[in-house]
Amino acid sequence: MKRSSAMAPYLLWIVFFTVVPTLLVVYYGFTQSGPEGTHWSLSNFTRFFEPIYLRVLWRSVYLALISTSICLFLGYPAAMIMAGRAFTRKNALLLLFVVPMWMNFLLRTYAWLTLLERNGFINLILGYLRLPSLNILYTNSAVVLGMVYNFLPFMVLPIYSVLSKIDRRVLEAAQDLGANSWTVFWRVILPLSLPGVVSGITMVFMPALTTFVISRLLGGGQFTLIGNLIEQQFLVVGDWGFGSAISLVMMLLILLSMALMSFFEGDEREVSLW
Amino acid sequence: MTETIVQLKEVSKLYNETAALAGINLKIKRNEFVTLLGPSGCGKTTMLRLIGGFEEPSSGDILFEGKDISNVPPYKRKVNTIFQRYALFSHLDVYENIAFGLRIKKMNGAAIKEKVGRMLDLVNLNGFEKRNVDSLSGGQQQRVAIARALVNEPEVLLLDEPLAALDLKLRREMQHELKNMQKQLGITFVFVTHDQEEALSMSDTVVVMKDGEIQQIGSPEMIYNEPENAFVADFIGESNIIDGVMLQDRLVEMGGEHFACVDEGFDPYEPVDVVIRPEDLRLTSSQGAKLRGVVRSVTFLGVHYEMIVEADNGFSWLVHSTLMEPVNTPVGLELEPMDIHIMRKAGKR
Ligand SMILES: Nc1ncnc2c1ncn2[C@@H]1O[C@H](COP(=O)(O)OP(=O)(O)OP(=O)(O)O)[C@@H](O)[C@H]1O
Ligand SMILES: [Mg+2]
Repeated sequence: MKRSSAMAPYLLWIVFFTVVPTLLVVYYGFTQSGPEGTHWSLSNFTRFFEPIYLRVLWRSVYLALISTSICLFLGYPAAMIMAGRAFTRKNALLLLFVVPMWMNFLLRTYAWLTLLERNGFINLILGYLRLPSLNILYTNSAVVLGMVYNFLPFMVLPIYSVLSKIDRRVLEAAQDLGANSWTVFWRVILPLSLPGVVSGITMVFMPALTTFVISRLLGGGQFTLIGNLIEQQFLVVGDWGFGSAISLVMMLLILLSMALMSFFEGDEREVSLW
Repeated sequence: MTETIVQLKEVSKLYNETAALAGINLKIKRNEFVTLLGPSGCGKTTMLRLIGGFEEPSSGDILFEGKDISNVPPYKRKVNTIFQRYALFSHLDVYENIAFGLRIKKMNGAAIKEKVGRMLDLVNLNGFEKRNVDSLSGGQQQRVAIARALVNEPEVLLLDEPLAALDLKLRREMQHELKNMQKQLGITFVFVTHDQEEALSMSDTVVVMKDGEIQQIGSPEMIYNEPENAFVADFIGESNIIDGVMLQDRLVEMGGEHFACVDEGFDPYEPVDVVIRPEDLRLTSSQGAKLRGVVRSVTFLGVHYEMIVEADNGFSWLVHSTLMEPVNTPVGLELEPMDIHIMRKAGKR
């Protein structure tokens, strides 16, 4: 009795801000309104499977995958160094990763815009050093750079938190049984840190897949991603039905990839339970 | 004479200026069962970590088969450890935990299966192969840790209180099994415990430690019958420790009375610790006895009674006897000269 009344505010919140909006999106996605009125239709979905839109989807997935991989390869070693016993200034480095997150996301992305400009800061320096200038602004590279920069902490932090919880004695036990550093890493550290890797991948891949700010600013609008497509449908074109349909497809994709991830994560535990 | 396999020479270990180990000299022979015994915090684990290679000595040398191994990393030492807190691999099941060392040696699957199977038999964990180690009880985890180290058949096995989490019956069984394994496989055991009974019953050699220093090294019989100082005497079995004065060779004074004893070589009137085992005191009638007192408590301990006899001068004697006198009975205490152990006061070597 008591418990359910305590739940009420949260229930209301969920109903108003999650259930109702989702239902609205479903409604818009599955209906078609014309001069003769509104009727159920799948046309929004069939339209999404036209090559032009599929290409947008493919590019989004592709760039998100690349960014996630780069984040993983940069983030894992960083997390390992921070979690390492030898490293004493853990907090300083941790702060270095977290502080940028305290600043506005848009501001940070705008900053890259000025850094990467034809006559921007980076090219200025390259010029002084008589090195060829770097013109990646408004290309895929710039978009990936923006994603990696913005989402790297989401990769580092979960991995760091798992790694720092690994008992040093377990690693000693592995050494004791004949494992050199390399073997200790592959056979003990990596498997034990998989849950962190999985949540890091999830936390980078999702926002990278759906971002529209990074691609609009650093991609110059010519590299439309799925996020931009949705934004356009709602704010520019005014086709709420198509926008909703794309959102639903994305939602399905995200759910699928999450299920896939949790399968990997839960894999070992489930098997070894029996 | 059998050869020395591990030797510690003047080994000290400092942690932030405080010594966990100081001036340790110890020779461990091949196939020997050596037990490190001492109260909590006396440096037993630290000693094993030095031999295992997880810590470097602050000074001194550690030799393995005569060669200095200061620069040999743990994974290259022919030593395996059973860690005090198990340190099992939680991402692997019981079978894979035990097989870990063999897989690293790239042993083939059939051989691994056979060896792991034998270990599972030994530690009584058949049927637990696929279990997650986190789902095991403390005692089961401890047995996995034992199997995981033993399966590698190391030359030296370091065991840090490997039986602490087991119940009495299983503990006895495992003591027996470990001792058998040690003899059969010819492995040198360095065994840590703070259970003196375990130490006495299993070891060839007992090393008694206190505050990072070795107090005495010797066979169980030697340690028990000829403790070198009051600390060892008290730690190995219970003891009555009384202040005394050595009057001359074979004559000591305690509590105002003179007693014949068998010790010699003390300075005249040297203050000493007199150590008397509770089982060496005999109850007699209070008439004419040199030591008199009143029974203050009686506890039945199965094989014998434990009594506290309060002497006239206030000293409480611990007495073990198969006979019993009721509380508040005045009694006398008798003892033989050879049951009076005279020890130099600590710090006066
Ligand atoms: N890494 C460390 N840093 C600082 N002090 C330490 C460290 N490891 C051990 N010590 C100290 O060294 C001393 C000896 O510790 P050790 O673990 O060897 O004791 P032990 O004899 O194994 O005790 P127990 O029976 O409780 O396991 C203790 O005072 C302990 O606090
Ligand atoms: Mg210890």
